[in-house]
Amino acid sequence: MKFAIQVNEGPYQHQASDTAFQFAKAAIENGHEIMRVFFYHDGVNNASSFTLPPQDDRHVVNNWASLNIKDADGEPELVVCVAAALRRGMLDESEANKNSIVGNNLHPAFRISGLGQLIEAGIQSDRLVVFGD
Amino acid sequence: MATKKFMYLNRRSSFGTVYAIESLEVVLIAAAFEQDVSLAFIDDGVYQIVEGQNTDGIGMKNFSKTFHALGDYDINKLYVSKESLEERGLSESDLMPLVYEDEDDDWAEKTSIKVVTNDELKAIMSEQDVCLSF
Repeated sequence: MKFAIQVNEGPYQHQASDTAFQFAKAAIENGHEIMRVFFYHDGVNNASSFTLPPQDDRHVVNNWASLNIKDADGEPELVVCVAAALRRGMLDESEANKNSIVGNNLHPAFRISGLGQLIEAGIQSDRLVVFGD
Repeated sequence: MATKKFMYLNRRSSFGTVYAIESLEVVLIAAAFEQDVSLAFIDDGVYQIVEGQNTDGIGMKNFSKTFHALGDYDINKLYVSKESLEERGLSESDLMPLVYEDEDDDWAEKTSIKVVTNDELKAIMSEQDVCLSF
């Protein structure tokens, strides 16, 4: 089955991202496809390359990156909503440059794009599964 | 592109958390995809479409007026839980008059709001292809 996933909560504060990750991992291991994971609301914080949990804890961001979810052209399909990301200080290099901000924190396994990507995922997948409160 | 039935479930009030405004942002984008879109307002979500919201004292953007634009985007199925209204001492007359123009009926102005019981809403939800919960 072709799944799309929406993650609405940030890491560590809430279990939604962990549960979504476990779901995605299990789905892939059982031969299903995760065509896209869309991060919205505080979920955009799951893409921060500045994340440094203590060594005895799980690394939520690296967990997502380890799933290697990409399209046929090798583009990341871990997608962060641009509007939600910018208002929360989650920037890739291009957005940082555009806004004259020094530094950027989008992990390279993710990409920033628009809400249309969420709707498209809902249309193209067999199931869209939402994780959050 | 295939047409699917999308339902947006609004479960929280307007300003306590970011979910309400960011849900509305998704709905407005979704309108461009020509899908069959409906919205449901349940639990505290019914507060989102209460008439006369005023954010002057809290420094937040009053986005409630944006709901009036939905009719122009052909989004005219707004289901409101009867039980959720009653539990909060509200009735349909407390809600904003959200309307659309029916192109199949000489552009007559009609209400987009339909108050339904939770059982009716359950049946409507089971017909959806995609439910996005906010």
